[in-house]
Amino acid sequence: MFTRRKTEPPEIKISELENIPEAGVGYHIDAWWWLVALVAGLIAILSITKPDPYWRIILFVRDGIGITILITVVSFILMIFVGMFGGLGRISKNKAINLITTLYVEIVRGIPLLVQLIWWYFAFPVIIKQIGVWTHIPFMANYQANAILLAIFGFVFCYGAYMSEIFRAGIQSIPKGQMEAARSLGMSYFQSMRHVVLPQAIRVILPPVGNEFIALLKDSSLVSAVALADLTRRGREFMAANFNPLQVWTMIALIYLVMTLFSARIVNYIERRTKFER
Amino acid sequence: MKDNKEPIIQIENIHKRFGKVHALRGVSLQIQKGEVVVIVGPSGSGKSTLLRCINRLEEYTSGKIIVDGIPLDNAQNINLVRQEIGMVFQSFNLFSHLTVLDNLLLAQKIVRKRTSEESHKIALELLKKVGIPEKIHTYPAQISGGQQQRVAIARALAMNPRIMLFDEPTSALDPEMIKEVLDVMMDLAKEGMTMVVVSHEMGFARAAAHRIIFMDEGQIIEEAPPEQLFTHPKQERTKRFLSKVLDH
Repeated sequence: MFTRRKTEPPEIKISELENIPEAGVGYHIDAWWWLVALVAGLIAILSITKPDPYWRIILFVRDGIGITILITVVSFILMIFVGMFGGLGRISKNKAINLITTLYVEIVRGIPLLVQLIWWYFAFPVIIKQIGVWTHIPFMANYQANAILLAIFGFVFCYGAYMSEIFRAGIQSIPKGQMEAARSLGMSYFQSMRHVVLPQAIRVILPPVGNEFIALLKDSSLVSAVALADLTRRGREFMAANFNPLQVWTMIALIYLVMTLFSARIVNYIERRTKFER
Repeated sequence: MKDNKEPIIQIENIHKRFGKVHALRGVSLQIQKGEVVVIVGPSGSGKSTLLRCINRLEEYTSGKIIVDGIPLDNAQNINLVRQEIGMVFQSFNLFSHLTVLDNLLLAQKIVRKRTSEESHKIALELLKKVGIPEKIHTYPAQISGGQQQRVAIARALAMNPRIMLFDEPTSALDPEMIKEVLDVMMDLAKEGMTMVVVSHEMGFARAAAHRIIFMDEGQIIEEAPPEQLFTHPKQERTKRFLSKVLDH
C-alpha cells in the first residue's frame, strides 16, 4: 500500500479536496470496518443469548433478506445501463432524443417512488390485459402480475432517471478539450465517448453511484407494499404472528444496518482502488 | 515554396456567428502543401476560430472549406479530413486517464487499425523525436507542461497527418518551457510539414513561417512573408498591433 501511494500521481482534478486527509484514510477505513463488525456482533450476541425470539426472527426473515438482496443487486446492474444511456441522451444534440430523456427524468423525479412501485404492480398489468383484450392476444389478456419482475422494473425505471442525472453531470465534468482532442484524431463521437470521456467520467460518477446503491438497498423495503416478501414484509409477518414489535423491528433495523454499512465499505474500497489505478 | 499545384487547404468566404457575435466575417485563405502559415492578431480577432473551422471542431455559418480535395460538408468527410489533420491545443488535452504511451496508441489502434507492434514502434519513435525519454509509462499530470505539449504533438503525428494545426501551443506554458516546444515545431517545419499556427511567438513566426497572416475583428487584414510584414507593414492596424507585441 505504501509503495503504491508514493508513486501515486499528483491529483489535479475533482478529487483534490479528498486528497487532503489522505494520510488518515487508511486508519479511518479500519475504524469503519469495526462499526460493521460491531453491528454484526450485536446481532450475533442477541441471537445466542436470547435465541427466542432473536434467532427465530432471523430464521423467519432469512428468505426476505434474499429477496431484498436479489432485487437490489439486479435493479442496480440494470439501472447503470439505463443511467448511461439516459445520461448520453440528456447531453445529446439530437432534439428528439434529448426531449424524450429529459421528459423521462422530469416525470420520474416528480412522482414518489412508492406510488411508482404501486402503479407498476397494480395499474400496469391492467393496461397489458386491456391491450391483450383489444388485440386478441391471450397471453397478454391473461397477464398475471409478477411481483419481483415489476418491482425490479419499477426500481430500474425510477432510479434510472436519477442515475441519468449522475451520468450527465459526470460526463459534463470532463473538460471539453478531451472530446475535442479525440475527435481531432479522427475518432467518432461514440469512440471518443467510450475510450476517452466515459473512462474519466466513471471516476467522478463512482461515489454518487455507490450512494445510489445504498439508497436503493434501503428503498427496496418499499416493495413490501406490493406483495413481495422482502425483509421488511417478513418482519411484519413475524410480528403479526408473535406480537413482539420491539424485538422484531430492532432486529430488522440491525440487519438493514449491517447490510448498508457493509455496502458502504465496499463502495469506499472500490473508489480507492480506482483512484490508485488512474 | 509555392508552385502551381492545388492548395492543400482552401478556405472560401467563411462566416461564423456565435449568436450575435460575428466572429469570422468572410475569410478566404489558400494554403499550399509544405507551407508554414502563422496567424497573428489581437485576442478575439477570430484566429483560433478560423483554425478550428479547418478541422470542423467549430461549425461555420456559411462558406466553404476544402482540405486536400475533400470538402468539409458531411460527417463522413469530416472524419476523413480529421484523419489528415493533426491538431495541437493550447491546453494540451492529453487523455488524462492514459499513460503517455497509451495516449499515442489509442487513436492508432481505433482509427488507423494498426497492430499493437506497429503502433508501439511508431509511438516510441515519435516520443524519441520529441525528446520524451523514459517517461512513457507516466500519466500526463506527472510531467511538465512543456513535456505534455510535446507528447501532444507526438500524438497528433502518430496519425501521419498531412497538415498540422497549432492553436496557441505555447500560451499555457511557463517561459522556460516554450523553447522546447518551439524547437519541436521548428524541426517539423524544416521537414516540410504543412503547418497552420496561431501563436504570439513572433520569434518563431519570423524564423519558421513562409507567410504571416494578420487578423483583426474576424477578417484577414494583411498577409505577407515575415520579414516584409514585420518591417514594412502596409496597414495601420497591423502597425499598431506589431508595435505592441514586438516592443518587448
